Amino acid sequence: VLDLAAVPDTVVSPAVYGEKTGGPVLDFSYVGIDAILEQMRRKAMKQGFELNIMVVGQSGLGKSTLMNTLFKSKVSRKSVLATAQEKIPKTVEIKSISHDIEEKGVRMKLTVIDTPGFGDQINNENCWQPIMKFINDQYEAYLQEEININRKKRIPDSRVHCCIYFIPPTGHCLRPLDVEFMRRLSKVVNIVPVIAKADTLTLEERDFFKQKIREELRANGIDVYPQKEFDEDAEDRMINEKIREMIPFAVVGSDQEYQVNGRRLLGRKTKWGTIEVENIAHCEFAYLRDLLIRTHMQNIKDITSSIHYEMYRVRRLNENNTTVAHANGVPEHHLTAHEM
Amino acid sequence: MASTEIARQAGEGVRGVPLAGHVGFDSMPDQLVNKSVNRGFCFNILCVGETGLGKSTLMDTLFNTKFEGEPTQHNQPGVTLKSYTYELQESNVRLKLTVVNTVGFGDQINKEDSYKSIVEFIDAQFEAYLQEELKIKRTLHSYHDTRIHACLYFIAPTGHSLKSLDLVTMKKLDSKVNIIPIIAKSDAISKSELAKFKIKITSELVSNGVQIYQFPTDDESVAEINSTMNSHLPFAVVGSTEEVKIGNKMVKARQYPWGTVQVENENHCDFVKLREMLIRVNMEDLREQTHTRHYELYRRCKLEEMGFKDTDPDSKPFSLQETYEAKRNEFMGELQKKEEEMRQMFVQRVKEKEAELKEAEKELHEKFDRLKKLHQDEKKKLEEKKKSLDDEVNIFKQKKTAAELLLNQAQQAGGSTTLKRDKERKNFF
Repeated sequence: VLDLAAVPDTVVSPAVYGEKTGGPVLDFSYVGIDAILEQMRRKAMKQGFELNIMVVGQSGLGKSTLMNTLFKSKVSRKSVLATAQEKIPKTVEIKSISHDIEEKGVRMKLTVIDTPGFGDQINNENCWQPIMKFINDQYEAYLQEEININRKKRIPDSRVHCCIYFIPPTGHCLRPLDVEFMRRLSKVVNIVPVIAKADTLTLEERDFFKQKIREELRANGIDVYPQKEFDEDAEDRMINEKIREMIPFAVVGSDQEYQVNGRRLLGRKTKWGTIEVENIAHCEFAYLRDLLIRTHMQNIKDITSSIHYEMYRVRRLNENNTTVAHANGVPEHHLTAHEM
Repeated sequence: MASTEIARQAGEGVRGVPLAGHVGFDSMPDQLVNKSVNRGFCFNILCVGETGLGKSTLMDTLFNTKFEGEPTQHNQPGVTLKSYTYELQESNVRLKLTVVNTVGFGDQINKEDSYKSIVEFIDAQFEAYLQEELKIKRTLHSYHDTRIHACLYFIAPTGHSLKSLDLVTMKKLDSKVNIIPIIAKSDAISKSELAKFKIKITSELVSNGVQIYQFPTDDESVAEINSTMNSHLPFAVVGSTEEVKIGNKMVKARQYPWGTVQVENENHCDFVKLREMLIRVNMEDLREQTHTRHYELYRRCKLEEMGFKDTDPDSKPFSLQETYEAKRNEFMGELQKKEEEMRQMFVQRVKEKEAELKEAEKELHEKFDRLKKLHQDEKKKLEEKKKSLDDEVNIFKQKKTAAELLLNQAQQAGGSTTLKRDKERKNFF
């Protein structure tokens, strides 16, 4: 490795262009390779980012509210639609809505995919099927674009990057539906389980519940995000182990602000006190937000594109003459090995 | 069985939504950059130009280091491409830099095919990437990208115009790679001649329809500097790794009796401009253009050539796969046939060889037999001769003993010669 001198004396800062440098002012030991970071940043800012989040859980668990809280705006489907009271659908529906949001010059196309009707029927058998199909359909769409002769410059990414699964705060253990769903879907998408409406659990109940859940996940071989097998190096492993010891995050959502100690905070006001959503002593919303948005967003997208999508692609390319519709619409006992 | 309904809201498009507080996804560019820093970067430069135009020196000067390699001889029979890969690091950025040099370019008497090996090389890198992309199990994110991101075309400082070799080569390369033409060893040209030279070159490129790389002007933060630089093309550069003391600083320069050409002095040459454009401002754009334009063009042509078509909206979803499978089977069939043929040929040859060897063996046996017989005959003759010789010797011996006997008797008998004679006569009978 040829090591160049790191810090130059006089530097034409990569962020400052158009300045004429007349005469021999530069210290020639500086080449300027690290300017590529700034070039990348510029390109990323220009292109913007895409993020597709799916929320899965029974109705009434606060999915829409949590989405609104996460993105500090009315991004959920319910906020967009005028209808206040919706009937619970008879079957699982997939409803997707996109928003353009911008923060400090960074533009993001956020797509929230809602799954009303999940787990709400008396007989919930196979209620994960439409969800599986949707996720696979997005992989399929991307694959089709990718194998075109005339390809778009940037293939639109509608693949589900992250699926937040809402566990009802029973305090005991996972229900069979939870286990079934997470077992099947953790193989095709990044699952982030959260304990919904965690303000009904005391801290002890919460810890006990979390431990039970972690045990059950382990016992069933369910690998949720951040998956152990995708840790890249020791540093990754260290960071991710800390997260793995904390999941599932016990969250409370709110899009109402209240006055607490002279500050306006997001929270839920009850007769016995106000739960501050962003206070980590009250609930773990802040950890979830940091994980999903502030630190691991790129990683979540990378795992989706370089692992889940690639696995789908391998399966698909190894198939012979079975169309996707055939594989997905048929009742379970007819399904071939690649469909969970 | 559950049914699905993918509902799209009316008047959908995408809504712009204001945020009520700090969410935190403004860290995305940082997250992306961090990921790239961990992975490291790749940059591949191809230097095309005649021997002796200072390609290697310019690379050394640009990257501030001494790359390996000896100056090439002028007697190469054809154009070959030699590539060297180096790992450079500056602050936290690791760069895998590959420099490819054309060896022997412009040295042949007949230069008609000079461009071919260059085009083949560039295509080979695209092909390697395409192969990886088409693999079933692929590892694109850790693939070492060898596609050429920038081609520096070195123009000889004649001061007049482009050579026809230059035009032909650049025309063949302009749809495959980002070409940045530079005037090499430009300290051989005076300032006024240089201006005329640049104009001549630019007009020749335009009139011949050669598409050189344009520095991008769509991003406001760099549009101005890029468009200024576009007007300075081709850059007139001077390379040097030797340092000369100017004032109280050591600078890279070439020292002549009549003065010193300072490499980093913008009044002397365009080296700083080249470095600025190539590395500090547009390296990422060069990589992106290579991937989204040149590579896509290659891929499109290659796949169409292989017989693929894009799917119709109502045809079966995976004709690429099917066509590929069909081609693959066809190819495998041909391969097997060839293998069979070769095997047959081999068996045939073995048979023939065996027959030949048998023949030879037979001949040898015969020869051996003949020789043996010959030998025996000879032996027999010799034995006969020996026998006759032995007989003669015996006769001679007998005669000798008889003669000796007679002599003895003659001596004993003394005077009675008649007696002797009589006796002799008697003995004789």
